[in-house]
Amino acid sequence: MTAIKVESASRRSSPGGRDQGRKGPAIGRRLPGGRFLVGLPPYLWLGLFFALPFLIVLKISLAETQIGIPPYKPLLDWAQAGVLELRLNLGNYRTLFSDDLYVIAYLNSLKIAAVSTVLCLLVGYPMAYGIARSSDRHRNALLMLVVLPFWTSFLIRVYAWMGILKTEGLLNAFLLWIGVILQPLQILETDLAVYIGIVYSYLPFMVLPLYATLEKMDRSLLEAAADLGCRPFRAFLSVTLPLSIPGMVAGSMLVFIPAVGEFVIPDLLGGPDTLMIAKILWSEFFDNRDWPVASAIAVAMLVALVAPIMIFQHFQRRATE
Amino acid sequence: MILPLLLALGYAFLYLPIVLLVIYSFNASRLVTVWGGLSTKWYGVLVQDAKILDAAWLSLKVAIITASAATVLGTLAAVVLVRFRRFPGRTLFSGMIAAPLVMPEIITGLAMLLLFIAMEQAIGWPAGRSMTTIVIAHITFCLSFVTVVVQSRLVQMDISLEEAALDLGARPAKVFFVITLPLIAPALAAGWLLAFTLSIDDVVISAFVTGPGATTLPIVIFSKVRLGVSPEINALATVVIVVVSLAIVAAGRFLRPRRQD
Repeated sequence: MTAIKVESASRRSSPGGRDQGRKGPAIGRRLPGGRFLVGLPPYLWLGLFFALPFLIVLKISLAETQIGIPPYKPLLDWAQAGVLELRLNLGNYRTLFSDDLYVIAYLNSLKIAAVSTVLCLLVGYPMAYGIARSSDRHRNALLMLVVLPFWTSFLIRVYAWMGILKTEGLLNAFLLWIGVILQPLQILETDLAVYIGIVYSYLPFMVLPLYATLEKMDRSLLEAAADLGCRPFRAFLSVTLPLSIPGMVAGSMLVFIPAVGEFVIPDLLGGPDTLMIAKILWSEFFDNRDWPVASAIAVAMLVALVAPIMIFQHFQRRATE
Repeated sequence: MILPLLLALGYAFLYLPIVLLVIYSFNASRLVTVWGGLSTKWYGVLVQDAKILDAAWLSLKVAIITASAATVLGTLAAVVLVRFRRFPGRTLFSGMIAAPLVMPEIITGLAMLLLFIAMEQAIGWPAGRSMTTIVIAHITFCLSFVTVVVQSRLVQMDISLEEAALDLGARPAKVFFVITLPLIAPALAAGWLLAFTLSIDDVVISAFVTGPGATTLPIVIFSKVRLGVSPEINALATVVIVVVSLAIVAAGRFLRPRRQD
């Protein structure tokens, strides 16, 4: 009896009866009022605390800087005769493009992210390949060991490298001791330290998608190649490598996207010459208190990330289909 | 064979910095990289540092509240995305779930702070920056991670169990609590742990939305670390690493038997 009642309620909720007879979302289909209640809290939360803030950033990026609280002028203003006046100021964006500092930092962020991604791929690929080829007994433990550092503090892992890389640090002490170098090298506060930091921090994000594609690969393809007289290395190049491209792309995007906006690593490991856009944003906001320019930088950063995010989602959708 | 060697080098790269950090936390010398004999004195300094203990306590509170709220909201969002096929604004909704996963923290932090300031001007709440604003910001960026974890579990779940319960006359809310929730409980636990970890580890977003009197542990560590390496931070880092490792082992034990339902 109840079931029939619920069924008729669901018919009312789907005009034209398009959902009828479809297998699938049971609760959703039969719950017209509850549906609303379930969806409302996360929807409202994200709308208020995630979407709205970005509109505010966009708004402030178009405002003029002023000295005061808040340090920008309102966009909408009541002009004298009760006329609402809208003032859009593209000056902040013009500043971004005309001042070399921003352009260089912007391009440098992309460069550092790209180089780190390639390095991460070079380190991560053999690891993912090794794990995928290991025996069933060891595979889970090896995977677990890749993920484990991710759960320990990111900040602490970056900090660990400071003691290793600094001029009187452990790496230099070691290199001096084995006699490879005679003078300690300046590694901390260079781009090299930032590369090491990014590769180290984001390695799990590269290894996991790579492992997922390599593990799914059909082994009989390699056997077929071997039967046809293909040497193992050649088979790797012409069979394994092309088949692992989706994993390579997914892993690369997972490293590249956060690396572009990385702040903690260049701040702790990089030097004053290591210009990255997130560092500039931080100092514009906290040191110069220039909110409009900081907001404009945030918008420009998002624009740079749209393309890689779309590539990532495209490959993700193909992988899940 | 070159592959095991590369694998070993990879793991050495991952673990050597952590191991060195732990070893040097027992260094008696104030100079962090000069070995001055075995000592636990930096742990003594650590437990007397009221600032660090207060910050650790605040971080723990923030992380527990964040993880719990993000698990509730994230689970609701996952149910919406998996079970409700069509509703107005679905594209916007799934976009708002996916975006925080890839958003650079510095942008999220800036945007949240500007929102809080605008809200304070408009409606007078939240008054100033405090633990409340940190919790709100953390819930916002952790929610999506919970959603992703729960979503994958919901997709795998056998839908006919829900349908059977509905056909037998159970009301949808009851079906959710009696059938769906126990089945996806491991994903909820995993999501909670992930949100907890992300919250207790966050420095950039917290730095934007924090105010006087609300200093979380990562903010304290970050401001000290910016000045250079210190043995006290090594000791603190070791404590964090040990606690996290124990928690992961415990969570693994707790979650494993349930996974075979």
